[in-house]
Amino acid sequence: MYAWHFTEMPYPGHPDPDTVPSVRVSLPNKHFDPKVGADLYNRYLDEHMVADDLGLNCMLNEHHQTATCLDVAAPLSAAILARQTSKARICVLGNPMSNRDDPVRVAEEMAMVDCISRGRLDAGFVRGVPYEVFAANTNPTQTLERLWEGIDLCVKAWTHRDGCFNFEGKFWHKRSVNIWPTPYQQPHPPVWITGSSDKENIRKVASRGFTFAMFLQPHEKVREMFDAYREASIYDDPEEVRRHIAYMPLVATGENEDEAERLAKKVSWYLGAKTAPQFRNPPGYVPVSFNVNALKGTYSGRTDAVRTRGIDYLKEQGVLMYGTPDQLFEQVKTFYDHVGGFGQLLMMQQAGHMTHEETVKSMTLFAKEVYPRIREEFAFKPAKKGAAAE
Amino acid sequence: MAKATTGNFEFLKVQDVDLEVERRGAGAPLVLLDDEEGLTREAAFVDDLAKSHEVIIPSAPGFGHSSRPDWIETMDDIAYIMLDFLDQAGIEDATVLGFSLGGWIAAEMAVKNVARIGRLALVDPYGIKVGGPWDRDIQDIWFLPKDEVQALKYADASNGDIDYTEMPDEKLEVVARNRESFARFCWRPYMHNPKLKRRLHRITVPTLVIWGADDGVVTTDYGKAFADEIPGARFEVIEGGGHFPHLEQPAAFMDVLGGFLAGSQKAA
Repeated sequence: MYAWHFTEMPYPGHPDPDTVPSVRVSLPNKHFDPKVGADLYNRYLDEHMVADDLGLNCMLNEHHQTATCLDVAAPLSAAILARQTSKARICVLGNPMSNRDDPVRVAEEMAMVDCISRGRLDAGFVRGVPYEVFAANTNPTQTLERLWEGIDLCVKAWTHRDGCFNFEGKFWHKRSVNIWPTPYQQPHPPVWITGSSDKENIRKVASRGFTFAMFLQPHEKVREMFDAYREASIYDDPEEVRRHIAYMPLVATGENEDEAERLAKKVSWYLGAKTAPQFRNPPGYVPVSFNVNALKGTYSGRTDAVRTRGIDYLKEQGVLMYGTPDQLFEQVKTFYDHVGGFGQLLMMQQAGHMTHEETVKSMTLFAKEVYPRIREEFAFKPAKKGAAAE
Repeated sequence: MAKATTGNFEFLKVQDVDLEVERRGAGAPLVLLDDEEGLTREAAFVDDLAKSHEVIIPSAPGFGHSSRPDWIETMDDIAYIMLDFLDQAGIEDATVLGFSLGGWIAAEMAVKNVARIGRLALVDPYGIKVGGPWDRDIQDIWFLPKDEVQALKYADASNGDIDYTEMPDEKLEVVARNRESFARFCWRPYMHNPKLKRRLHRITVPTLVIWGADDGVVTTDYGKAFADEIPGARFEVIEGGGHFPHLEQPAAFMDVLGGFLAGSQKAA
């Protein structure tokens, strides 16, 4: 199993959420101080360099118009890390393809980062969370269709080697695509896709051999989705299937229980970020059946239980993993058993007001005292017929 | 607000759309194009109209129980389906009465072909861009909080209270589907067809544009600008009415509409 360091690069100094309708989409950017922002960007990138030194991989994402995430262009951060790190794989998870204007441009950006990093890129794509449709002005009823049309066009741009090709799809028209550079990894970098509850989409991810990732979901839900992925995977070797399954919890590792709990509360800041109701469920983002329940008042967005049930629930469900190194190892193991195994542990190890020192300490404890045990316990076993092994 | 007894509907195949069509009463044909929430067909005044007209209520693709094939993407697509419906149903000299989104559809139909349309009445329609790039002609109902949207839509916000918790699932499915389809067709460009304003001059049948004085989503200035683009159109404002003036002030609405129908039908 591999472990990945992740932070959304938050701007925690925004006004008290109780005093504003939303910290996402509509919070005026007069609350952003570019001098503070400069320090934060450099600090978060430094933490990724620490991750590289510690033998962890790096994961990046992007959001827009929100104090919860200053990374508004994951390909830019990835380009910086491609130069400033030397060993870590760099996973962009992901490019919000539904909200990007040009998938061919995305293919170029990823190919360039892959070349600069000499093949250390994992190229992820996401549909984008509901509130992103406001910043991008994307039709909320077609995000999945756009995602897949964009991915197909991007992969074709990466892999087509014989001059220009044309594409006239529903959302994009291109008459002469012929990207320079191509990706360093051939035929193309590993592709990752996130998902939460749509099994048809999971089968699509699995049938293309892409890695499937889930973020911050209760373990029963994760099990259900991972099972759906495993059933539909194109890989014969179960270890190869597992290598393509990823999960992200919030993670805090402490020297003792008190320290871990203090950090756990700090990293949980992310879940409390306030988003106005109309931004959480724009019309048509979720299926009609979900919105029937929304009208009845029994559904108010995909992440409600996770956002509101408190720290014990989060720990029990594996949404938040925290404790001493021993305790953390046990939590990963328990979760692993609950969900039927997985191969990539994506860790949000920084959020909210966690300082640089706290973050680095937690990361270091994890990397030195938990990760070696995880690597051993969940090592990828060599395939019988000589497939790639760890 | 008083409720009508909603009639039975049937499906008609128009191209590959299963179009839900409801008919009430008998007389000269009046095609009622419902608002995006499907509220108008339930109003009592529709039964009054059905005393002197055959009121024909086709649900636009994606609304009510009408299907929504993937290729239907714009108001143009919907307008052509509705024109095909008029052809197929053999409707002649129709009064086309459209509310809000239905008013926009009616205008899109009339700029394309008025062969089967005798007269047009539009009630607080969306559909055109009046101002420049920096002007918000139509309030952003998907960006604003629910309470604010309701206050913009109704002269008296409490008139918009609907208790969804008491509704059967079958009806809630229609509500949820209407909302989804509304976003599908109207998200971008937001609530308008950039070409429609330049086409409204093609409407050559008698036209009445009715507007709620207190419509906060699209103001009376917008309504006046809409009417000004249609040759000879009458513009009438209903006091005490919001975006759905016919629901909040049905008597005043029926006075204005009745006068127009009597005048234009006599003239025809």
